[in-house]
Amino acid sequence: MAIEQHDYDVIVIGTGGSGLRAAIAAAEAGARTAVICKCLLGKAHTVMAEGGVAAALGNVAPEDGWQTHFQDTMFGGKYLNNWHMAELHAKEAPDRVRELEYWGAVFDRTPDKRMSQRAFGGHTYRRLVHIGDRTGLELIRTLQDKAVHSGIDVFMETVITRLIKDRERVVGAFGYRYPTGEFLAFSAKTLAIATGGAGRIYRVTSNSQDCTGDGYALAYAAGAELVDMEFVQFHPTGMVWPPGVVGLLVTEAVRGEGGILRNSEGERFMERYDPKRMELSTRDVVARSIYTEAKEGRGSPHGGVFLDVSHLDSEYVKKRLPSMYDQFYELAGVDITKAAMEVGPTCHYFMGGIRIDGETGETIVPGLFSTGEASGGMNGANRLGGNSLSDLLVFGRRAGIGAAEHANATPAPELPEQELADAEAEAAGYLTGEGSEDPYKLHRELQAVMGEGVGIFRDEQGLTSAIGRLEALEQRAANLRAPSSRPDYNPGWRLCREVRNMIMVSLQIARAALMREESRGGHSRLDFPRYDEYWSEHNIVVCDRDGEMTLEARPVIKWDGLTELVEARQEAERV
Amino acid sequence: MSTEAMDRGEEAVTRKLKIWRGDVTSGGLVDFEVQTEPGMVVLDAVLEIQRSQAPDLAVRWNCKAAKCGSCGAEVNGRPSLMCKTRLDHLAADEPITVEPLQAFPVIRDLVTDVSWNYEVNKKIAPFTPKPDAEWLIGQEDTDRMSEFRKCIECFMCQDVCHVLRDHGLFSRYYGPRFMIRLASLEMHPLDGLDRIEMIGDEAGIGLCNITKCCTEVCPEGIHITDNGIIPLKERLVDRRYDPVMKILQRGRRNNRRKPTPEDLGPDSRVS
Repeated sequence: MAIEQHDYDVIVIGTGGSGLRAAIAAAEAGARTAVICKCLLGKAHTVMAEGGVAAALGNVAPEDGWQTHFQDTMFGGKYLNNWHMAELHAKEAPDRVRELEYWGAVFDRTPDKRMSQRAFGGHTYRRLVHIGDRTGLELIRTLQDKAVHSGIDVFMETVITRLIKDRERVVGAFGYRYPTGEFLAFSAKTLAIATGGAGRIYRVTSNSQDCTGDGYALAYAAGAELVDMEFVQFHPTGMVWPPGVVGLLVTEAVRGEGGILRNSEGERFMERYDPKRMELSTRDVVARSIYTEAKEGRGSPHGGVFLDVSHLDSEYVKKRLPSMYDQFYELAGVDITKAAMEVGPTCHYFMGGIRIDGETGETIVPGLFSTGEASGGMNGANRLGGNSLSDLLVFGRRAGIGAAEHANATPAPELPEQELADAEAEAAGYLTGEGSEDPYKLHRELQAVMGEGVGIFRDEQGLTSAIGRLEALEQRAANLRAPSSRPDYNPGWRLCREVRNMIMVSLQIARAALMREESRGGHSRLDFPRYDEYWSEHNIVVCDRDGEMTLEARPVIKWDGLTELVEARQEAERV
Repeated sequence: MSTEAMDRGEEAVTRKLKIWRGDVTSGGLVDFEVQTEPGMVVLDAVLEIQRSQAPDLAVRWNCKAAKCGSCGAEVNGRPSLMCKTRLDHLAADEPITVEPLQAFPVIRDLVTDVSWNYEVNKKIAPFTPKPDAEWLIGQEDTDRMSEFRKCIECFMCQDVCHVLRDHGLFSRYYGPRFMIRLASLEMHPLDGLDRIEMIGDEAGIGLCNITKCCTEVCPEGIHITDNGIIPLKERLVDRRYDPVMKILQRGRRNNRRKPTPEDLGPDSRVS
């Protein structure tokens, strides 16, 4: 039977902030554009972002400017960032935020009626434009409302299982409608991956269930390179109780607004780890500090530490942190204006991702683009809070324009029939094939491997063992079968492909983590606790060479015009 | 077990659930049992059933943090986000019934077809700034709009709205969700469109008879009726029936132009 096919100039996979921003830019550039998402429109993981958008507007701190934002981002990323991407990001973020306001976004104000900005870890000045603690929702809704009036077609609850190539070029994608199980083929002159991260490879994560690293795996399979995969950000503060909400995010804004971290002895322990920045140190430092406190027996009853805002005025807390107040009150039965929260690290963000040209979002695969958390380079070894929302606006727009311009110069492609047939056979195989592995079981095992061997602290033995176990899981994953064989709204079916994607991403992370013999940013090796000179100059790139996953160290991409700024910051940190 | 432990939900017990299973042709409640964990929410129980007992149980969810609004269902007859509803807050001696939202066509089990809402949103012209807008907005205006913009589009207010649920007037009333969307636009000091007439006509605000059912089920605590719908109704009445207000509003109207079809922009298909 012929598969339903849709043809577009540009197809964007993912409707989080970067996907929607890319689609809007592509449509504005004249491309016939569609976006595809696993969830309903407006439900993507960006809605979870709380704290704000980092942009050096200087509304609150007039001395702020792109140079300082650039330097903060580089320092946060421990100088492994792609310099030019960090520069573009810092320079363009203010315009992207103003543009959101022109599209109807509503942000908290200063007394002189301009956008207010709040303090956040690693940012020299008050820089985060925000609305309460639900800034991500504001972004998503604004972009969603803009997108549905921009002539963009939206395929909701549609699962993409493969990219389709014609020789070297990506020409489309294959998938199915989740509610019915009907197969779909998409042809596209260019395709942009904006699928976000892969938090679901860990049991303790702040990520939505959709965050299964699909884009990393799809792009890798299509021949793209990935960079910085070893750098996984564990947000310092996730909920640790009750069990059903373990990992749920407790926004950094809690600390930005004056929250204090204490251990079971009542000690404000950040004084020992980063006396200068204290609670507002970078996320990697705070996460490791909390982990260490709990590990050394100074933790809270449920294995975290205490985060306290009860010394602040209770009305102020309810106004500034309304969703945190609700979250703890509803889910944990804790009134945060009276009692301390219990918090611990939770997998939050992937600094690494698909390697792109920052100016256009283009990968090394012709026709394939990427943006947002799915792509890598901008954040280096560690991302500053607030830099993801600005990242997705800046590079979402750039990838949308890049994909549209490329599409406008490309003839309409044909989808090779054999490729489609292979994709269909794979997808159908999970439903009706001979497989016997249960995807739910494999997923749990995968999460256990990643938590035990590839967590906040890593060492050679743990990583080697994890890689062995992941390779075994990979073998078993060739034999997956959904527990139910009905095609309509079948979560086990979807999970079969997702588990394979997650195993692929986990292998990339574990192997890169084994290769980087040093500790830096979101990567901490117990057996190599310090910076290493060689690794301070190199990124790890993962790619497929003749079917073998290959890791290469490549020099950090510097930019001549920025050397002075970078060196000035390095010098200042030494002093 | 100690009272304190019970309060904190730390004792594991077995709970009975009755989950609606079926599709557009037929369906009914099916009994399940789950072993509870402390602090367990309805969605945890449903997912555990899906994992261990009914792998083809259809349920829509994503963030599991009460932020995306995907997992709305009728729990013991009351529209609730399953991810935010704790089992130990529901009567312990009775089974927990979980049914799909009733106002929308069921796809299967707990999943309904909410695409009508996306069609409605497309009919609302997006924020269109006044040409001479100076981008200065006060915090008071921000707070007023922000209450409406907290909406996570769970569509539970639509589900309980009598106009939609009982009378099926989907072609004549946009429903509470889009009343507050319109309120956030109407109360935006820099929006350049005069939306009052369409709020009265196409959006059908007159059909709302202020029973406040929408407000009661809003998981974000938005005062949909008091702060959104009633002020819009007042503005419409002032516009249409109050001669003094008509004159007073003339200046305002001059500042806001009538919407045109072009304000909707190129059509997008959301499916």
